[in-house]
Amino acid sequence: METIKMKNYFFIDMGVMLIRSMRHVFRSLDTIITVTIMPIAMMLLFVYVLGGAIKTGTDKYVNYLLPGILLVAIANSAGYVSYRLFLDKQRGIFERFHSMPIARSAPLWGHMLTSLVSNAISLVVIILVALLMGFRSSAGFLSWLAIAGILALFTLTLTWIAAIAGLSAKSVDGAGVIAYPIHFLPLISSAFVPTTSMPAGVKAFAEHQPVTPIVETIRALLYNQPVGNQIWVALAWCITIMFCAYLFAMRVYRKRL
Amino acid sequence: MQNAIRVKGLQKSYRQLHVLKNVDFEVEKGNIFALLGTNGAGKTTIVKILTTLLKKDGGQVTVNGFDVASMPANVRQSISLTGQFAAVDEVLTGRENLVMIARLRHLSQPREVTDDLLQRFGLSDAADRRASTYSGGMRRRLDIAMSLIGNPQIIFLDEPTTGLDPEGRIEVWKIIKELAGSGTTVFLTTQYLEEAEQLASRIAILHEGEIIVSGTLAELKKLFPPAKVEYIEKQPTLEDIFLKIIGNKKEDK
Ligand SMILES: Nc1ncnc2c1ncn2[C@@H]1O[C@H](COP(=O)(O)OP(=O)(O)OP(=O)(O)O)[C@@H](O)[C@H]1O
Ligand SMILES: [Mg+2]
Repeated sequence: METIKMKNYFFIDMGVMLIRSMRHVFRSLDTIITVTIMPIAMMLLFVYVLGGAIKTGTDKYVNYLLPGILLVAIANSAGYVSYRLFLDKQRGIFERFHSMPIARSAPLWGHMLTSLVSNAISLVVIILVALLMGFRSSAGFLSWLAIAGILALFTLTLTWIAAIAGLSAKSVDGAGVIAYPIHFLPLISSAFVPTTSMPAGVKAFAEHQPVTPIVETIRALLYNQPVGNQIWVALAWCITIMFCAYLFAMRVYRKRL
Repeated sequence: MQNAIRVKGLQKSYRQLHVLKNVDFEVEKGNIFALLGTNGAGKTTIVKILTTLLKKDGGQVTVNGFDVASMPANVRQSISLTGQFAAVDEVLTGRENLVMIARLRHLSQPREVTDDLLQRFGLSDAADRRASTYSGGMRRRLDIAMSLIGNPQIIFLDEPTTGLDPEGRIEVWKIIKELAGSGTTVFLTTQYLEEAEQLASRIAILHEGEIIVSGTLAELKKLFPPAKVEYIEKQPTLEDIFLKIIGNKKEDK
């Protein structure tokens, strides 16, 4: 009886949690700047300042660049997830929720859902700006659906990693530290320049880290090219890391709270 | 009649630190029970175990007739907690905080309940300001208001008046008395003997991991020799003076 009743409410409770943390996102100018304005500024900088000097073999640099910019935006949001989780833990909000008759994992899933929704909003804004800058895609509906799926998977992967950091951090600074390595991943990949132009060591790293196959897959989907093996490599990376991070974060969540 | 809370042989350690050694007490339905103890005595630890936030190492604990270990969901259905440190969402306004809890308690009219509580706790004027701009007292009142939503049968208040000015303290006392008047069981912890004296029908003192005394105020007083009666003018206490000067300032603006 009891459990059935709680299951019915799970999605209502998640909705309440979502509204709460979306307010946190929208009321934080800092978050909006980092996850939306900064990637757009980066896109402008690369296209109009550096773009002329970068040889990608495509006609428009913005077309080449956009997948990477989308991943940068997602990566930038990860630090804020840890930060918000840390504050909830530290300020006793989780304790309040956990003493209430709601599913114990609802507050954590609420943060995950918020990350998906807020990233979706910022990615749409970035794509609209890219369209103004001349970005065009020949992708059909199914390709866009696949792109959305891959971006969602990437978001969840980073968000679960960020959750571990936020839940186990001892200080606000500690919670934010995770953001730095994550920020670097898109920069050392084929997101901005083809890996062929990189020195051997960097090239090896760039070609064997998760962001490159994700970028390549999205690019192939955007411009109707065969996705080849890249999509499986990308999915394998994301699903493996996400699953491990999920298990670990859940363990920390159960133990600490 | 069944007791609202029964604790028998409760034990809890944090690694080597044996905080609760053998804690026994019972709280009758509709009563105000005060747990007294110095810093670090283990009051918060007891509250956390009773509210299902922390697992006990040993002993039996039932809240509203439900075992905290085996039926935590039923316990949570019966209780609400105001922790030692105000757990309000600072980014949200007072009103948004209350509506959020009302929705999580699945009430049919969250807005009406919220308006009513804002009024009752003197927070109507500040309702649409972010909680981060509230004074300590306002935050505490919001915190307690959030705990009253959904009319839980048992309310836990961990040091509800610590950090409040005398006026704020008296306001919180009034609220607690009203709660008990309407049949709610109140479990509160405090470091102020006067607070226990003012509110509680039963008092227990936690010391070195055990309840060393418990009973009604009258019973506790009997344990100590009566003070010698002296004929002196009754001096107003500092609190009386403070309250008189402050006058009838009623609401925080
Ligand atoms: N998570 C924890 N890990 C280790 N030790 C802890 C933990 N929580 C509490 N303690 C220790 O247990 C003891 C009891 O703590 P508790 O918070 O229950 O005391 P308290 O009576 O509420 O004190 P106060 O009046 O200061 O709030 C303290 O010595 C404290 O340092
Ligand atoms: Mg305490």
